[in-house]
Amino acid sequence: MQEAPANPKREDVCPSKQRELGEVRLQIERAQGPEFWRSLEELAGSPEFQQMLHREFPKGAADWVDEVSRRGFLKLMGASLALAGMSGCTKLPLEPIVPYVRQPEGVVPGRPMFFATAMPLSGYASPLLVESHLGRPTKIEGNDLHPASLGGTDVFAQASILGMYDPDRSQTITKLGDVNSWSSFVQEIKGPLAVQKGLGGAGIRILTQTISSPTLADQLRALLKMYPQAKWHVYEPVNRDNVVEGAKLAFGRPVATQYRLENADVIVSLDADFLYAGFPGNVRYIRDFAKRRNPDGVMSRLYVAECTPSSTGAKSDHRLPLRAVEIEGLARALLVAVTANSPEAGTTAEYAKFVQVVAADLAPHHGSSLIIPGDHQPPSVHALAHAINVALGNVGKTVVYTDPVSANPVNQTESLRELVSDMRGGKVDLLVIMGGNPVYDAPADLGFADALKNSNVGLRIHHGLYQNETAELCHWHVNDTHYLEMWGDARAYDGTVSIIQPLIAPLYAGKSAYELVSALSGVSDATGYDVLRAYWKGQHSGGDFEAWWRKALHDGWIEGSAYAPRTLSAKLGSLPAAPTSEARTLEINFRCDPSIYDGRFSNNGWLQELPKPLTKLTWDNAVLVGPKMAGREGLKTEDVVTLELAGRQITGPVWIQAGHPDYSVTVHLGYGRRKAGRAGTGAGFDASPLRTTGAMWFATGGKLTKTGRTYKLASTQGYQTMDTPNGASRPNVRRATLEEYRHEPKFAQEGTPPPELTLYPGYDYQRQEYAWGMAIDMTACVGCNNCIVACQSENNIAIVGKEQVVRGRHMHWLRVDAYYQGDRDNPKAYFQPVPCMQCENAPCELVCPVGATLHSTEGLNDMVYNRCVGTRYCSNNCPYKVRRFNFLLFQDWETPQYKMMRNPDVTVRSRGVMEKCTYCIQRISEHRVDAERETGGQIADGRLQTACQQSCPADAIVFGNINDPNSRVSKWKAKDRNYGLLAELNTRPRTTHLAEIRNPNPELET
Amino acid sequence: MAEQTDQAANRQAPVISPGYTFGTVTDKISSIVLTRPTSNGWFVGFGISFLLLMLLLYAAGYLFVRGIGIWGVNIPIGWGFAIVNFVWWIGIGHAGTLISAILLLLRQSWRNSINRFAEAMTLFAVACAGTFPLLHLGRPWLFYWLFPYPNTMTYWPQFRSPLVWDVFAVSTYFTISLLFWFIGLIPDLGTLRDRSENRWARITYGILAMGWRGSARHWHRYESAYLLLAGLATPLVLSVHTVVSFDFSIGIVPGWHTTIFPPYFVAGAIYSGFAMVLMLAIPIRKVYGLEDFITDRHLQNSAKVMLATGWIVAYGYAIEAFMGWYSGNSYDSFTLWNRLHGPYAPWYWSLLSCNILFPQVLWIRKFRTQPGLLFLVSAIILTGMWLERFIIVVVSLQRDFLTSSWGMYYPTRWDWATFMGTIGMFLTAMFLFVRILPMISIFEMRTLLPEAEVKAE
Repeated sequence: MQEAPANPKREDVCPSKQRELGEVRLQIERAQGPEFWRSLEELAGSPEFQQMLHREFPKGAADWVDEVSRRGFLKLMGASLALAGMSGCTKLPLEPIVPYVRQPEGVVPGRPMFFATAMPLSGYASPLLVESHLGRPTKIEGNDLHPASLGGTDVFAQASILGMYDPDRSQTITKLGDVNSWSSFVQEIKGPLAVQKGLGGAGIRILTQTISSPTLADQLRALLKMYPQAKWHVYEPVNRDNVVEGAKLAFGRPVATQYRLENADVIVSLDADFLYAGFPGNVRYIRDFAKRRNPDGVMSRLYVAECTPSSTGAKSDHRLPLRAVEIEGLARALLVAVTANSPEAGTTAEYAKFVQVVAADLAPHHGSSLIIPGDHQPPSVHALAHAINVALGNVGKTVVYTDPVSANPVNQTESLRELVSDMRGGKVDLLVIMGGNPVYDAPADLGFADALKNSNVGLRIHHGLYQNETAELCHWHVNDTHYLEMWGDARAYDGTVSIIQPLIAPLYAGKSAYELVSALSGVSDATGYDVLRAYWKGQHSGGDFEAWWRKALHDGWIEGSAYAPRTLSAKLGSLPAAPTSEARTLEINFRCDPSIYDGRFSNNGWLQELPKPLTKLTWDNAVLVGPKMAGREGLKTEDVVTLELAGRQITGPVWIQAGHPDYSVTVHLGYGRRKAGRAGTGAGFDASPLRTTGAMWFATGGKLTKTGRTYKLASTQGYQTMDTPNGASRPNVRRATLEEYRHEPKFAQEGTPPPELTLYPGYDYQRQEYAWGMAIDMTACVGCNNCIVACQSENNIAIVGKEQVVRGRHMHWLRVDAYYQGDRDNPKAYFQPVPCMQCENAPCELVCPVGATLHSTEGLNDMVYNRCVGTRYCSNNCPYKVRRFNFLLFQDWETPQYKMMRNPDVTVRSRGVMEKCTYCIQRISEHRVDAERETGGQIADGRLQTACQQSCPADAIVFGNINDPNSRVSKWKAKDRNYGLLAELNTRPRTTHLAEIRNPNPELET
Repeated sequence: MAEQTDQAANRQAPVISPGYTFGTVTDKISSIVLTRPTSNGWFVGFGISFLLLMLLLYAAGYLFVRGIGIWGVNIPIGWGFAIVNFVWWIGIGHAGTLISAILLLLRQSWRNSINRFAEAMTLFAVACAGTFPLLHLGRPWLFYWLFPYPNTMTYWPQFRSPLVWDVFAVSTYFTISLLFWFIGLIPDLGTLRDRSENRWARITYGILAMGWRGSARHWHRYESAYLLLAGLATPLVLSVHTVVSFDFSIGIVPGWHTTIFPPYFVAGAIYSGFAMVLMLAIPIRKVYGLEDFITDRHLQNSAKVMLATGWIVAYGYAIEAFMGWYSGNSYDSFTLWNRLHGPYAPWYWSLLSCNILFPQVLWIRKFRTQPGLLFLVSAIILTGMWLERFIIVVVSLQRDFLTSSWGMYYPTRWDWATFMGTIGMFLTAMFLFVRILPMISIFEMRTLLPEAEVKAE
């Protein structure tokens, strides 16, 4: 509430009235923004107000002789109500922000503007470009100028726009659960801070998430200087302790490892899912990897040894399913085989052949091979990977070492342990938890929640986006700003600093971490903008700061801020001894969830409903069990089991996961939240009770028992293979090995009918200026799901909830089908994105009785929502089943935040109409207008991109004009690998797929 | 010689028992409406049917409020119970038209005792059928967009869609059936007007009788109109279900896209329609003591029609299966496999038993004249025909081209409520019909009497 209620002339109001209204005003002041309405109701319910109402005239009204006073009172009430409503309107940021592409003289209504910013996730910045309509951010794109993005994003960034508008976000500062104000907060911490000042801050503890922001780190260091005895702890449940410790083992210091996949001919992943969101640098890695998967050039080869089946494993040429605990043995064997140059000497384990072949394949690729260890693997595996990379001469070529991105690269698990023991030891008087949710996700053996609750921490402050489980146990909760609402900075995986600039003023008057730390340092009114600018002004040397600053804002990053590669000497002699071989006890793996990460996105409906890459599960996590183990234990999907580890128990439903190794199960973190919001609360089960500091990622010695109950899981793809149960197989994903492809390049086009196969003369699309078409390269696609969320965001696609997904009514216009082929214990897996095929002979158009789906002259299969009466005949007749129907009123038409979020260029569909992919027709129209206005000519190829294409990190989707033989899409469609899905039905799809080519090693083909 | 006559008599049971005169026939039929007290059984039956009708209203009301998501339909199975029931009901209607129109033209006078209520059955069945296409729309309040009507929206139906053809086929069918039934009723309404003693009944029947006085001119005009309408209705017996079958055969879904559908659908319609006729005739003749009018001959003939159409339907199944294999099309052959072994295999096997296996008992004459057994077989056939539509609509959509998009269909309680509700609607209408209108055509029955025979002078 920036707008104070209109202030009547003080002398008009008698003193007693003033006192009463003062109370009202105080209550109003405590309320924030749109919260105001609720507060007014609460206010109306308060005894004082009720009393005031029932008295008819305010206290002391009898004394009022001046009628102006009464009018003054009414004015005050009326104005405060009116202004309260106004505060719900969009507020433009006060600080100057710089538009990205065009420099508009003014905002043109209806024309979006783009601003560069960045999303920090576990310390790593995703450089972004955000579309803004009249001050409302509506769509996230990748920052194509930034080396860590090149235009691509990941699912978390795409969905973060919904996170910002989340109506369940914490909307106000609270003290012991009651609404309070920033000024009282600042007042209240003054006392304890003054006490601490005398003690040198010995009782102050600050717990943050991983921070890479140079400004915030600088602020925190300055704070620690003020309070030298204070401590800064860092903890995140999905941390990179293993990487830090592994680097320490290998080099004696924490370093960050960057990979140059574009230089790698042979890649070996040791349980690393480097092609999925959450892995630092994944967006850039996907681009580089995909570039090298070109079967017409020199194609790289990927070996993956992993436990939990992942997208990376699915894309591999060879996948070796191994229990996580056995990866270290494999790494050792590989090191021996590589260094001794005598592969046979390596090992006698069952993976001996794999090691032998991989080592033989690595040997000739000195300097162009790459070993990537997974974050879940213990430090020793990281050290071994470093050793192998060094031995293969990859350092400086495919592997680059730099300073760590985190500003405080400590072992986070140990850091948290220390904090807990300090809390228990009574050493903590003032605890500030900035972000995160340790009460929910701290390792179970630490008993963080218990320590927080029961030990005498005098003042506990939680700063976060949600009133979550941790906020519940703190005295104060300060509502954080979303990254789209604040000023800040963060480093990308390569160290480049991105400036986070706000797209909108804080919806709920939150305070950013920068502002909170300022307040702790005694400066309560510093804005994030001031702090940030002051820091960078200090850093900037020489030249015009303003120009430099504007460029940094415009580009979204600070040039030259990337970390320089370091040359390090490895001291590899000191590897710890190999662990003793494990008996065949059950291994339990903990993984961060591919959709909701560590639980921080659990109230994000887009992510909850995003089908996980392989299981296609939504709204739930599951105990992933391999087929062998399921057979032995008599388990079926949806059976509820109890997992026991060292006396702790969790209960969850089973999902039989093809390719999961035996004697091992996987559970995903982030579910089972008690206090997440309307979407997240109660979804799935909480796996963290089994997770301990000693085994953050996997533990052996588990026990699995059936409970006899079942639990319904919502998967969007019920049947996950191309083999039909009658023994036939369908060529949905056409695929070949590189060798087969070279031998028969046009293998994918078999069965495509000639275009003249029709009784009726076809429409001559050549006459038109444009004929839109799309091509999707399945060799490049890594199944990262980014396109699904991008489409959802661009096209205002509703989420439907678990029950409706179970019924088969999810609304995604674009889906990514995942198919397993072959041996269930180690299948090959394929991803196939399927948007609307925009068939030239569209079966859907023929059967619509009301002409609601029609063909445009440019070859688009248009959907006219207004005309649709909802017979669903078109969907029945669509062989691709890409049409989606609003069976119920799925869109939220009420929540005001969502109204602001939606793309104003796209109709919001209501109940009872069919919808489907439109090739982002709103973008086509916009570019058509632009092209005609600017040049009077055609839309330049590459300028018009669909939402799925624009942020695809793999660059696997190309869209454009197929009437232009020089357009990129025409060139792709001319490739030998190009084929139309179900083209044998003579639908003539405008969307075509490029067949998937794998590059297996003949030595391992059996 | 005498023995032969006996056998012939045995084979051809009379269509009306001996001993009746014009007067007694009229008395017997009209007394059901006019003089006999309404039995408690009628009230119980009507009450139950009416409750089911209220269930339909409730289910439809909830449907309009919430949307069709309350049903089990989904993607890929966009059509569920609604379309299954639509095809089933409209099929049932066909027997009425066949009996009243085609058999009239073929001068099968035995039809006279069953045509009236068979036509009523048609009318009510088509009404039940007609509710479903409306209810199943995502936006039912816009149903009239399926009609070509002048409007300011430059809107016109898309005539390539079989659903538009459906609209015409079904609305024509309903109109003709209604006219045919009503015109056939006029002479009897005149009789009721003359015989009823209640003032209101006389006025009502009088208005409905449209001034019928039974003059020779009236009879002449009546006969021409009736014959013409019979001529109009005859092609509808074939065309309506042919058009309904186009809804499927025009589609490219494996299991739908087949040329056998029109004859196979028409035969199936008559099959189920006769089953429904028997299911209605058997209890009615028992309850109202009409065994003299609806005789074993009628039961026999209906059973024979069912046997014949049942075999046409069986031929349809055989051809579908054969083409699934013979075409070499992997999608078609999988559809066949999926019916036989897929998740809905029990439904398919039940369908085969209900429609092919059990009705074979009708080959035995003894069984053809046992009302109880016929009633049971008819019920089995009606179930089988409902299953057939379920298999065609749901099981074909369930697993089509892309394996990734395969799904399952689980009907919800609202699906069942709507289905049961239309049965209630049908029975409510039937109960009212037998109570307030002559369920057997009085004047046509009189033509069957020996008295009616015109003797050459």
